[in-house]
Parts: sequence; C-alpha cells; structure tokens
Amino acid sequence: MRRRNLANIYDLGVKELWSLWRDPMMLVLIVYVFTASVYTKATSMPETLHNAPIAIVDEDNSALSQRVASAFYPPQFTPPAMIDYGDVDPGMDAGLYTFALVIPPNFQRDVLAGRSPAVQLNVDATRMSQAFTGSGHVQQIFTGEVNEFVKRYRSTTAPPVDLALRARFNPALDKAWFGSVVQIINHITLLSIILTGAALIREREHGTIEHLLVMPVTPAQIMLSKVWSMALVVLIASFLSLNLMVRGVLGVPIEGSLALFFAGAALSLFATTSMGIFIATLARNMPQFGMLMMLTIMPLQMLSGGTTPRESMPEIVQNIMLIAPTTHFVELSQAILYRGAGLETVWQPFLALALIGTVLFSLSLARFRKTIGQMA
Amino acid sequence: MSHSAQLATVASVRQVRLRYRDVIALDGIDLDIPAGRMVGLIGPDGVGKSSLLSLLAGVRIIQEGTVEVLGGDMASKAHRKQVCPRIAYMPQGLGKNLYPTLSVEENLQFFARLFGHGAAERRQRIDELTQATGLFKFLERPAGKLSGGMKQKLGLCCALIHDPDFLILDEPTTGVDPLARAQFWDLIDRIRADRPGMSVIVATAYMDEAQRFDWLAAIDDGKVLATGTPKELLETTNSPNLEEAFIRLLPEEKKRGHQAVVIPPLPEDGADDIAIEAEGLTMRFGDFVAVDSVSFRIRRGEIFGFLGSNGCGKSTTMKMLTGLLPASEGRAWLFGHEVNPHDLGTRRRVGYMSQAFSLYSEITVRQNLELHAKLFSVPPKDIPGRVEEMVERFGLVDVIDSLPASLPLGIRQRLSLAVAMVHKPELLILDEPTSGVDPVARDAFWRLLIELSRRDRVTVFISTHFMNEAERCDRMSMMHAGKVLDSDVPARLVEKRGAKTLEEAFIGYLVEAEGGTAAPASQPPAADQADQPPAVPAEHGGGHSAGGFSLQRMFSYLWRETLELQRDPVRATLALGGSLLLMFVIGFGITMDVEDLSYAVLDRDQTTLSQNYTLNLAGSRYFTEHAPIIDYEDLDRRMRNGELSLAIEIPAGFARDVLRGQNVQIGAWLDGAMPQRAETVQGYVQGMHQHWLQIQASERGGASMAGNTNVETRFRYNPDVKSLPAMVPAVIPLLLLMLPAMLTALAVVREKETGSITNLYVTPVTRIEFLLGKQLPYVGLAMVNFLLMSLLAVTIFGVPVKGSFFTLALAALIFSFAATGMGLLASAVTRSQIAAMFFAMIGTLIPATQFAGLIDPVSSLEGSSKFIGEIYPATHMISISRGVFSKALGLADLTGPLWSMLISVPVILGVAVLLLKKQER
Repeated sequence: MRRRNLANIYDLGVKELWSLWRDPMMLVLIVYVFTASVYTKATSMPETLHNAPIAIVDEDNSALSQRVASAFYPPQFTPPAMIDYGDVDPGMDAGLYTFALVIPPNFQRDVLAGRSPAVQLNVDATRMSQAFTGSGHVQQIFTGEVNEFVKRYRSTTAPPVDLALRARFNPALDKAWFGSVVQIINHITLLSIILTGAALIREREHGTIEHLLVMPVTPAQIMLSKVWSMALVVLIASFLSLNLMVRGVLGVPIEGSLALFFAGAALSLFATTSMGIFIATLARNMPQFGMLMMLTIMPLQMLSGGTTPRESMPEIVQNIMLIAPTTHFVELSQAILYRGAGLETVWQPFLALALIGTVLFSLSLARFRKTIGQMA
Repeated sequence: MSHSAQLATVASVRQVRLRYRDVIALDGIDLDIPAGRMVGLIGPDGVGKSSLLSLLAGVRIIQEGTVEVLGGDMASKAHRKQVCPRIAYMPQGLGKNLYPTLSVEENLQFFARLFGHGAAERRQRIDELTQATGLFKFLERPAGKLSGGMKQKLGLCCALIHDPDFLILDEPTTGVDPLARAQFWDLIDRIRADRPGMSVIVATAYMDEAQRFDWLAAIDDGKVLATGTPKELLETTNSPNLEEAFIRLLPEEKKRGHQAVVIPPLPEDGADDIAIEAEGLTMRFGDFVAVDSVSFRIRRGEIFGFLGSNGCGKSTTMKMLTGLLPASEGRAWLFGHEVNPHDLGTRRRVGYMSQAFSLYSEITVRQNLELHAKLFSVPPKDIPGRVEEMVERFGLVDVIDSLPASLPLGIRQRLSLAVAMVHKPELLILDEPTSGVDPVARDAFWRLLIELSRRDRVTVFISTHFMNEAERCDRMSMMHAGKVLDSDVPARLVEKRGAKTLEEAFIGYLVEAEGGTAAPASQPPAADQADQPPAVPAEHGGGHSAGGFSLQRMFSYLWRETLELQRDPVRATLALGGSLLLMFVIGFGITMDVEDLSYAVLDRDQTTLSQNYTLNLAGSRYFTEHAPIIDYEDLDRRMRNGELSLAIEIPAGFARDVLRGQNVQIGAWLDGAMPQRAETVQGYVQGMHQHWLQIQASERGGASMAGNTNVETRFRYNPDVKSLPAMVPAVIPLLLLMLPAMLTALAVVREKETGSITNLYVTPVTRIEFLLGKQLPYVGLAMVNFLLMSLLAVTIFGVPVKGSFFTLALAALIFSFAATGMGLLASAVTRSQIAAMFFAMIGTLIPATQFAGLIDPVSSLEGSSKFIGEIYPATHMISISRGVFSKALGLADLTGPLWSMLISVPVILGVAVLLLKKQER
C-alpha cells in the first residue's frame, strides 16, 4: 500500500512534468525569468549616480568657480546648466534639477584670503537615491576642487589618523553581484507559486480534477505530486541559472556552498509551493489567481529584506514578516551566497523555514481536501 | 428541391469559405435562404452551422465568397450598419450573450437601450415580451440563476426587443428539457403569426425537432449535403426519420461501417445481483436542492439511463455515486458497499467518464492510458498488454502517439471510454458521453457500450438528453429539477402515459410535475401598467440615430458595467483593497533610509581615546552598537551571519601613536553584500571619522575647524531626507495607473471570453460608445482609490499635502482616464484575461517604474527612454503629485504637465478604438 502511495505520487508528478513540457507559455516564462530577467536586473541596477541633473549659479565668475563647474561631467552628472539665481526655484519645482549649487560673488577672493566662504547646495530631497548619495558626492567634488586650487597657493596638513575602510564580500560594491542573485532568490519564490498554482487551476479549468477524484488517489497524493514536480523544475532552473548565468555570463563569484543554498531553497520551495496550492484553491480561474498572486507576491518579496534591509522597516512590519517563508529564505540565501556562511551560522533560518513549511503544507492540504470536492 | 431556390430570399451566400488556422469550417457554401420562412440548418456539432450563422449576422469577417443579407452585401460596413437593427442574433450556448449577474429586467433594459428605445417604450416592450414568454414573474431574478429553458427564452426576448425582420438562432434548444423546448417553439410560432414577414433561421443538432421547420439545409464538414422541406428530404432518402435521412445523405466514406444499433435482450438471470442502489439521495447547495431524494436499483450488466435537461441533477447524482460529492442526505451502495469517498477499493471497480472531455490533453493517448492503468494499480507487467488491448478494441491504433487535443471529438470520446475501461471496472458511469458527437460516431459508441454490457457484463449507468439514446437503455429514469419523475423500461413509460413517443411521454411527466402549468402564458399584457415603477426618464440626444455618437448607448454600457462590478466581490475587493495594501507594502518596502545599522568594535587599545572614538559612533541615530568583538574569528562569524553591518578595529597603541603624531590606521569592514546600503554606510562612516578628526584637531591645537570652504546643504521639500515623504507621492500615481488599467483590460476581455462581446458586433453600439461606457465606471473607481490613498498618505504615513489638493485631484482625474485608456488598449489586442493582465502589467509597470521619473528624473535619461519618459502620462502625474505633496505647488505652477497629460487621453483612446474590431475574425 505504501509503495503504491509513493508510486502514485511519482506517476502523477511525472504527468505534471509532461504537462509543463507541453505548455509553451510557461516554458518561455521559466526561461525568461532565469536568463534575460536575471541579466537585465544585474546590469541595469542603477549606479547610484547616473546623469544626475545639476545646475550651477555662478555669481563669482572666477577661475575657481569655473574650475568647479567643469568638475561635474557625465556619466555621474549631466553637464551643469549654468543658470541665474532666480531660476533655481522654478527649475527645482519642475524637477529639472536635483542639485543646484550657488557660488556667491567674490568666492575665489574669500577662499584665498582664508575666510572660508560658504556655498549653498540645494538638493531636491524628493529624489531619494540621487539626493542622498549625490549630495555627498557634490560636496566631495567641490571641496576637492577648492582644496586642489588652494594647494597651489599654500600647503595643508594631512590628517593624523587614517580610516582604512574596506567592503567585505563585494569589495568593489559591484551592484551586478547583488542584483543577479537577488533576482534568482525572488524568482524561486515567484515561479514556485505560479507553477503549482497554475498546475492546479489548469486541472480545474480542463475538468481533469474531477477525473482524478474518482480514481483511487488521495488529495494528499495529488498535492504532493504537484509540490515535488514543480519544486524540482524550479530547483533545476535556478541551479542552471546560478551556474550559467550568474557565474558564467555575469562572472559573479559565489562565496558559499551551493549545496547548502539549494538545501535551503528546497525547504523554502516546500513552503511556497504549498502557498501556490492554497491560493489556487481560493481562486476560481486563472485571472482571479493572477490577481490574488499579485497581492501576495508583492508583500512577500518587497518586505522580506531582499530589496531593502529589514532593519529599515517599522518594527511591526518586521515582526509580521517573520511568519513569511521568504524572510528566512532571503536571510539564509544572502548569508550563504554573499557572505559564504556555513550551516553553523544559518541553522536558525533553516529551522524556521522547516517549521513554516510544515504549517503551510498542513494548512494547504486541509483546505485542498475541503475544497477539492467543489472544484469538480 | 430545385423549386425552393426560386422563392424570395432573405439571404444568399455564394462560394463562402472560412478557416480557423488549420481547420476549414466552411468549404465553398452556396445557399439561398427563403424569406418569411422558418429555416433549419441541421447537422452535428462542429460542421460549420455556427460559422455560417455568424457570417449571416455580420458577427464574423467574411474571408472568401459573398454573403448577401436583406438585399445588401455584408462585407460592406455601411450596409451592416444599416441592417443591423433589422437583424437579431442569438448565439449558441445557454444565455451566451446575457449577463449572468444582471437580472432579467436589467438585461432587457440594456438591450432595449442599445437599440435606442425611450423609457416608456422600453417598459411596454419588456412587459409584453416577458408576459408572452412567462418571464414576467422573474423580472428580478439574475439571469445566471434561471433554468436553461428560461435563459433561452430571455435570450429570445433580448433578440426580439427591437422587432427584427431576420431572426438568427444558433442551437437555441440544446440542453433544454423537452417541455421547455416545445414551449420555445410554440413561442416562436406565435411570434411568427404576429409578424408574418419575419424570416427565421435556426441551427439545431436535434434532428427530431427539425421536422417542424418549413425548409431545411443539411450540413456536414463545411458543405451543404441537401436542401428542401423536411418531407422532400425524407422522400429523396427514403428514410423514416430525419436522423436516418441525414446518415443516408452523408458521403460514402463516412457511412462505411455504420450499421443500425441492435440491442440483444438483457438476460433474465441474476435479477437480484445489484450493482448500484441508491436510497433517498439528496444534495443541497445552500438553499438550492439540486437532487431531491432520488432512489433506484441497477442490476449487474444492465444499461440504465438518466434522461433530463441540463441542470436537472443528473451529473450531481452521478457525482454522489462516485463519491465526488458527499450526499447531504440518503445513502448509496456500490456492489453492496456503502459509498464512502475514502474507500479507494471501491473506486477501482468503477470507471467514470465525465461530461466534458477531461483527459490530459498535454500527454499522448498512450501516456493517458498508461497513467490511468498505473493509478488504478494494474500490475506493471500487465500494463503494456492492457493498453494494447484497449487501443485495439476502441480503434485507437492510428492515434496512439497523438495528443488528444488534436483528435476529432468522436475519437476523443472513444479514448475517454478506453481510459475509463483500462482497469476493467465492473461499473461504468457515463455522464452525457455523446453530446456533440455526430450520429454515425454515436451509433458506433453505443455498439461498444452494448458489447461491454452484454458480453463483459459491465453495468452501464449513462445520462443523456437525447431521446433516441434513452430508448436504447434497458431501463431509464426521467429526471427533472432534481427529482426522478418515473423509472421503468422505456417502452413501458411510453405506454403508461399513453403517448406515441418517449418525448411525448416525458413532456407528459413534466407537465404533471409542474402542476399543469404547461399551457404557455399567453394572457394579454396585464392591465396594471399604470402602477409600473417609473423607469429612467426618457433620454433624448440621438438615441434613435443609428450612426453618430449616442449618449444613451454609452450610458447603457456604463450602467451595465457598474452593476456587474458591484456584484463581483473579487474584482471589487482588488479594486479597492489592492491599492491600499500595495501602498503599504511599497511605502515600507522601498525604503532608502538606513537606520539602526548594527556595528561592533574590536578595541585592542582600550584607552580613553579609543573609547572616545567609538562613543562618536554610538551617539549617532544611524548606528546601534552590539557586544564588542573578541577576535578576528568572532568578527568573521558575526559578519557572515549578517549580524554586523560594520566592524571597527582600533589597533593596539592607538592613543599613544596619536599623541606622538605618528600615523595610525583604524580598520573598518563593512558588509558589501547589499551595495546600495554599503555605499550609504561608507558615507556615514567617513563623515563621522572626519568629524571626529576635526573635533580632535580643534581640542588639541585650537586650530579652526573650518576648511577652505563650507558647503551648506539645503535638503529642500523633505528636510529630514526621509524615504516616506519621497516615496508616497510617487507611489500613488503608480498604483493609480497599474490597478485601474488592469481592471479595465479585464472588463473588455471578459466579454470576449464569455461571448457577450457579440453584443458589440450585432447591435448598433459603436466602438467609442462601448469603450467609453466600459471605461467610465473604472475612472470613478480610480478616483475613489485616489481619495483613499491620499487619506492613507496623510494619516498613516504622515505625509502632508502642502500644495493645492484641487490641482492634484484634477490631475488624478485626467490621469485616471489615461490609465483606464491604457487598459482598454491592452484589452483591444488580447483575447484571454491572462494575456490582458500580463499586457496591462507590462505596459504600465515597466515604463512607469523605469522611464517616468520614479527613481531617476526624466532629465537624466537618454535616447529612446527619455522620449518615452517625456510622453508617458505617468511622468507628468508623478511630477504633479510630488509638486503638490512636497513642493507646495498649485494649479498655476503645473499647467504644463496637466496639458501634456490631457493630450495623451484622446490619443490613447483613439488607438484603442482603432484596434478594437467591430467584427470577429
């Protein structure tokens, strides 16, 4: 009996794989998300400063002020727009400039006289990414130019204490490293939910679920067969993507153990495929499934700590997201893939995932058993 | 039959061909349809009847040949426009062009408005028609809750509301019980008596009912086999009935192997060997009783039939027997075992074939057979032989490696039966196995059934709505509205009621069951019109002009869409709750604030100076200090598990060396895994270090802290440089774009999927009226969303509106038109709801996030992305939203973006109108 049980799960799972193989839309989707989408995400991660629009009000018109103006150039900045003071407010209101640097009259004279004159830097703080990191850059470039200029006239003293600042795990802070891996982590969740959910909805729309129910198979077997087959597809696809795309094409070094990562991914898939089944039992057809999925997947991914660090979120959101499998999956994947952590450091998220997976699976199975009769 | 061509014709087709991809639907048809007659197109499903009718109605684009209807060429747009108010078309499928959530009254009002009737006229026509059809009592009932027969009557009312001259009915009685069918034809006869000039053309798969038509065209495989009056057809083929006549008309190769079905008598022995027994089976869905205490006993080897219309409870009863549905009351036994959904053992003895084809269409015939054999625990070594046996017995040898989807219906039916038989069950439960199969294939199927029953002693429990199939059963039950009316040998049932045919007997039972209300409700219109509720005041404004823009028709769609939206909880929830949920998620999810960064220090110096350095960090709101680091190993471990984002090492002898003025180096490691965050941290640490140096310098040497110059940075509009005030004003336009676009796209494509899009094709409504009517409710919804999101922004997120809210609301209104317009655009080019959703998502989300200045301002884009950014409406909405929320701007400051947005609206809508087709391909 037990052998038959496993054999049924296996046979039905193989059937799922065949169905997927003959569904061109889904295949295209899988290939796309694990190749092109990873590539574009990795290469298009915005450099913090790219073509930041800057305007300069030069009321000094000295050698120094011109030197400063010429220090801002692409790709970090657009060539500065030289404007009048009166144009600053309208220009910034219209969002034409993120930065407006106002150099007062007699600036060069005051600098050389050691009077330490002030310039005004207006920053449009509604442009978060550009505004924040950009203002530091503008300051640095500006001060650097002024110091260089002054150096020709008098010498300055070096600071007594150095700060040797090194970035670990990604020394050059290359965003492709982060973007590509994050994309794979996100897609593992996304695809597992879509594939299992669609596998169930497809049976429902084709009326084949009714057929399954009159056969000597149990709901648990039906559900498990979808869980294992779709999880397997996602695992294989992500394995290939990580090796061929991320390490191969993009040349991103992976620090940690891939075996450990995929063990974590398998645990996470157990939870997310169960979620896919659960959503599919709530939806009556594909469009409804699509809408429900959108409302689930966005919070799952955006609040999991994958795109922005968890500690920046309000505490209540952080606590709520502890019950989401993605939070733990992101935590362990980042630790393993970026920082090369071993099981001794990531056993906690593994444990949490196993727990969440079990709960989600039981809930989904209970709901699946309850609703399967009405699906036919 | 030659003389029929000389009659006046209402329509004529010449050399018409039609193909759908590889399938030829019509293969050079020539036909003259006589006027003022009741004309029937007969033939099984899928031979091209529906295609021909849709060409006549102007629903479908003519690919080849000429189609003339009411004296003009249907290929001409002007002619179609002119005659469309004179044609009425009722598509195939129960209530296909009706709106299930709308009531009978609302459906009729909708159609009447489309044809431009005034309020008083609408009232009068609706009352007249519903009284004539007996629907008057059910005016308030949603169309989806009507029985099949009533749905068809409502469909007919909707078709007749504008007094057409040419009535086109596509299989109006398929799946309807015989009583309702008889009533339907009586109704048509009465209407024709009132309007003798009206021509009617009907397609039907029931050959028996074609007997009452004036003139017939038999169609098979996209060709006309024969035309003439029913009598002429019978005479030329020398057949007793039309079904027989049709088979004789078929070309030779189709008839080959056909022989009449002969049923050997059921052996009398083993009368107490009971295969199925049911006692008081009842199924309730809420208040609705689908099956009402049904009881029967079926002997082993017997063929037992269930006869009844769609929705009478046949399928539900069968599902209860298979254990698919647990019965609300009553019990059933299979082979003496009580039915128990968890008893997998009994399931192995039953084969089940459901109404719809329900095998896996993605795996081959062989794989299907093998999968089912495995699941039914056929021993692995027997499987190849068993599959072989089935394939031969059911004639599937040639198709063994094909995908079922590519097979004709008749073969798929045999495959279903083969799959149901692969584990050699003792009982077969077949739910309408032959619907849609042509008469020859149907007879072949029955011969297989009879062989199974008589030779293998398999019990067959079959349901059908064909009378001649029911007649072949050993015993049968007549079912109606969840009740079994009577069960017996078919001949005895006919005898009992003293009827001539089984159909008559069934009608007799039905009349009795409904308490003798069979007489059609043909009372004159009730005289109580005075106290009718006053309907919508009469609209003027071009209601009657066929061309041009009609407010009334647009309003008709608008009103219908609003009603439907109100009644669909899933969409309404998504529409209102979705944006709020997503706003929360994005607001908190995309934060650029870096706060509470965890750091720890490896202080090898442990002097006041080194502590002073760390205190400098601890005082910052950005950093949170964790327990000190012990050694490098500890540092490594804690950075790897993500506990520390920053580790600082102060070397031994730090204070001493600083005092001596020797160069010292403080080591700092930061977690570079998230580069964006790392950059910010880098900035903080460097700033902090510089600050500390300056303090030290001023304390020590008294030197001025000032450098050569000072940069005074003013963070404008958002002085604290917080994420939320920057994000929220940008998120509102994003959500205001994405969700309304998606909902609008679904609204149109849904009609394509359910088939009610036909109403756009056959009524005088124009594309622009249709689209605007669809769009306006969603614009309203978007505005409600806008207000909710603004409220959420001000209250929960604490982002105040600094500028003119009126300007923002105005912009939101214009933007909603643009957003829903994009949804219409997506729906015009797609056919399925999934594709429409996908399209709308791609078309809104990508440009809005990448090119509309959400993250990087449009002025930093280059090339084509800059161009897209400049013309995309979301760009302007984002800059208006930011302007009003953060920059305290008003109407005067924002006229530029407002105008740009306003221009985009008619452009988007215009493209959508151009892409939407007024005919089907």
